[in-house]
Amino acid sequence: MDTTAQLDEVKTTPWSGGRSPFSIEYGKLMMWIFLLSDAFTFSAFLIYYGAQRFSKTSWPDPDIVFQSIPGITDSGAPLVFVGVMTFILIMSSVTMVLAVEAGHRNKKKEVTWWMVGTIVGGLMFLGCQALEWTHLHHTGFWWGETPALDVLKGMGADGVSGLQFANLFFTITGFHGLHVTIGVILNIIVLIMTMTGVFERRGHYLMIEKIGLYWHFVDLVWVFVFTFFYLV
Amino acid sequence: MSLENTGLAHEEEHAGMTKAKIWRVFFILLGLTVVEFVIALGVPETAMPHLVRNSIYIILTLYKAYYIVAFFMHLKFEKYALKAGLMISLVLIVYFIVLMLIEGNYLHSHMTI
Repeated sequence: MDTTAQLDEVKTTPWSGGRSPFSIEYGKLMMWIFLLSDAFTFSAFLIYYGAQRFSKTSWPDPDIVFQSIPGITDSGAPLVFVGVMTFILIMSSVTMVLAVEAGHRNKKKEVTWWMVGTIVGGLMFLGCQALEWTHLHHTGFWWGETPALDVLKGMGADGVSGLQFANLFFTITGFHGLHVTIGVILNIIVLIMTMTGVFERRGHYLMIEKIGLYWHFVDLVWVFVFTFFYLV
Repeated sequence: MSLENTGLAHEEEHAGMTKAKIWRVFFILLGLTVVEFVIALGVPETAMPHLVRNSIYIILTLYKAYYIVAFFMHLKFEKYALKAGLMISLVLIVYFIVLMLIEGNYLHSHMTI
């Protein structure tokens, strides 16, 4: 045994140096750190929303505000459309993990198709969100705008809480939608890289995992937005 | 490049998600969402007070978040240092929630409209 081997024997704990205590690839670690900072941003938005809602004596009833399915019915179907959106996003998260799993086995073709599925899911979600926004805009909600007071009263709200709801809804779902849009663009980029064989030549599909982390985070944020805007 | 240093290529394989596991997590997430829907639409307001209802929603949401982060984002299989580093940072969010709810409560008691 030489000296190096002896030193290695002494230093065995994760923090005793010589190797990364995180044992994770640099880019993935950086993605985690970025997602942590993004989690703080989204938390700040949602916590402010919570504090506002907590402080008001009334608030628009989600079962009344969100009761349309665009193209099918204008009322009487609370939560159904957002349920579809939630399902689409969870589904596209699953296809993303399946792409990562196929990447571990270096199966280029499978990765390609699962990525296509993920992109389709992302685009479908964005389409649904566009319809949702359009519907709310037609009701009279927009940044700084609310429907007439009697309409708001019918939703169980008043002028103050209606305005806060409108601003917060469009800001928070808009910020989330921006993340989905960026995610779809990143997914398209890695899909092209997969198809042109960049990762195959590299010998690993770690980039899919990094983009996958981001994509799951977007899904994670939606889980919280869904709860606090539509359920509570 | 840095792959050799971390020994990642080998470690990843035995702790990876299999297809069966992925679908199991999907059905858990779907099931939890369905439970939320049933409570939101099926249980009348009189049968379940608001506080209980919202508490159930939040618990189920955190449960879903756990499954997404632990399995989809693979955090459960990462090193302790990474898990602890990320999770302990989130304590600050809990602190912020407490602060803002106190603030909201104070504002609420002074609301005239």
